[in-house]
Amino acid sequence: MPRTSRPKVAVFKFASCDGCQLTLLDCEDELLPIASRVEIADFREASSAVIDGPFDLSLVEGSITTASDAERIQTIRAQSRALITIGACATAGGIQALRNFADVAEYQRVVYAHPEYIRTLATSTPIQDHVKVDFELRGCPISKAQLVEVLSAFLGGRAPNVPTESVCIECKRRGTVCVLVAHGTPCLGPVTQAGCGAICPSFNRGCYGCFGPQDATNVPSLTGKLLELGMDRPAVHRFLRSFNGNAPAFRAGADAAIAPEKGQ
Amino acid sequence: MTDRTIAVDYLARVEGEGALRVRIHDRKVEEVELKIFEPPRFFEAFLRGRSYLEAPDITARICGICPVAYQMSSCHAMESAYGLRVAPAVRALRRLLYCGEWIESHALHIYLLHAPDFLGYPDAIRLAKDHPKVVQQGLQLKKVGNALMTLLGGREIHPVNVRVGGFYRCPSREETDGLRESVETALTLSQETARFVAGLDFPKVEEDYEFVSLRHPEEYPMNEGEVVSSRGLRIPVSRYEAEFEEIHVPYANALQSVRKGGGSYLVGPLARYALNRDRLGRKADAIAREVGLEPVVRNPYRSIIVRAVEMVEACDEALRILREYRPPEHPYVEAKGAPDNTRCMAATEAPRGLLYHRYRLGAGGLIEDAKIVAPTSQNQKRIEDDLRDVVGRFLDMDDAHLTSECERAVRNHDPCISCATHFLKLDLVRN
Repeated sequence: MPRTSRPKVAVFKFASCDGCQLTLLDCEDELLPIASRVEIADFREASSAVIDGPFDLSLVEGSITTASDAERIQTIRAQSRALITIGACATAGGIQALRNFADVAEYQRVVYAHPEYIRTLATSTPIQDHVKVDFELRGCPISKAQLVEVLSAFLGGRAPNVPTESVCIECKRRGTVCVLVAHGTPCLGPVTQAGCGAICPSFNRGCYGCFGPQDATNVPSLTGKLLELGMDRPAVHRFLRSFNGNAPAFRAGADAAIAPEKGQ
Repeated sequence: MTDRTIAVDYLARVEGEGALRVRIHDRKVEEVELKIFEPPRFFEAFLRGRSYLEAPDITARICGICPVAYQMSSCHAMESAYGLRVAPAVRALRRLLYCGEWIESHALHIYLLHAPDFLGYPDAIRLAKDHPKVVQQGLQLKKVGNALMTLLGGREIHPVNVRVGGFYRCPSREETDGLRESVETALTLSQETARFVAGLDFPKVEEDYEFVSLRHPEEYPMNEGEVVSSRGLRIPVSRYEAEFEEIHVPYANALQSVRKGGGSYLVGPLARYALNRDRLGRKADAIAREVGLEPVVRNPYRSIIVRAVEMVEACDEALRILREYRPPEHPYVEAKGAPDNTRCMAATEAPRGLLYHRYRLGAGGLIEDAKIVAPTSQNQKRIEDDLRDVVGRFLDMDDAHLTSECERAVRNHDPCISCATHFLKLDLVRN
């Protein structure tokens, strides 16, 4: 039966939709085997039993949007031997990082009956802006297969095998006809990191960037292509400014798209 | 004279971050607060200036547990703005997609979040050590729900294939046929689930709920219908805001809904079932009778049986759609020109209850204003009313037991706090 020294794993949530931690519960075939190899010390979405830290591994979902969360992540980091962020919110600030490009005071005035009841920061920032992160899992949401791979790698004491190539490579591998070249469908695949399995093109839809910018990416070149296909500049801007809009390459690309003098 | 405070700083086995606080003074419940501290994400603010075509993908991100509900309500709203009529096969596929989400979400709640309360475990993983078959059955059901969502949506969380006007691509008959066997198994498993959960021990409670849900002339409601209540309300969705309003309470980052000039109300499985018992298909009707489920359930603990009956309905309905499916000629219809109505709204039945969207569109189909009312913000006040009763009933319990009874009462309603938090009125007048 279980060894007493199973690694202690915790799952923490910040500003998010809960989808990435749900991915763990969506691993229907792997959930019980994984759970038997670790001690689930803190996973509020799934359990009311809580074991105090320190933890061998903390999975962190969500972005930092409040002063108290900025403190809480420090405590979690101090208690965690390894810290892995899961998803676009934790890794890039998420869709709620759209506030970073707006006047938050205005947002609050417009949105709330009683803004004085609400405490929020002017920005939504990724976990790595606050503490050291040992590994980042991309995606909105993350991929089940990559999550299982990262957990297996952690349990096996090896580096995770998570490719950083573009979505284009996944399309080629699964034999999907290029929607951008063949159909003229706007697609962020060339500048987006792989990991989803290139789902959108297989549904005749262009990639919309759930996994964020790929490492060696050329956004201005793709912007030129998108304009050529007939997208207007504000549409290109919105295309890049979504779930990973705060990631540096997409942020700069979106700004350049509506700054015609300087950009494309 | 004694003062007692029951406080739970972080509710477990709910989606999102919530807490509760109950103050008892002289054996009287003075104050009950379901506190929502999930940080606000300002969806309604940043939807402004986005294209109507982006609404399904953006609003899906409000909730990883019920993204399809957000996609459906936003698509229906936008289609009403542009006067789009989707093909019958597309309508059927949307219902099939919703069946998938209901199966996934109900299986998650029944087995992973709710059942541990009845069986005395802190979670399903520890429950699985003693009752592996029970948990495996739940996971198997959940997997079938997810498989339906993956077939139609490309993935189970934040599906990519839904668009205003239909789908980017509709599955072939071969693809849909590939799922029939597993949905047949899921139907059997959900019938077994209903028998299993009906045998649990239930506290004897009756709450005086005002139930609110959609009602459709022929079907158990998912995508369409009028808004009805158990106290005689019957209105088209366009009148929703004339009858319901949201109030902002100081302790929560969410708004609470009430009937205008009235009190709390309840949406979700208990409401849908009470108001649409006669719309259940043959299989769900038969299982409800077999397990002795009363036609109107006012005991919130018994919502676990209602969810199981709805899971039978969703499996049975999914099988019917899979049997009859013929791919449509075009996967979607496209909007042309300017919208007919710049103000548009829709409501659909998320697994947790009625989900209302309203938008105002401007030039080029850009969103000028958005309002979204999630099931949990509608139920929040009613959950507080339930808590008041629980505390009143169990006043003599020690703090630890009373606290866990309170948490249990909250979980009866499967609240999704991530959803509740992100909806704050945009059109309020400030003093």
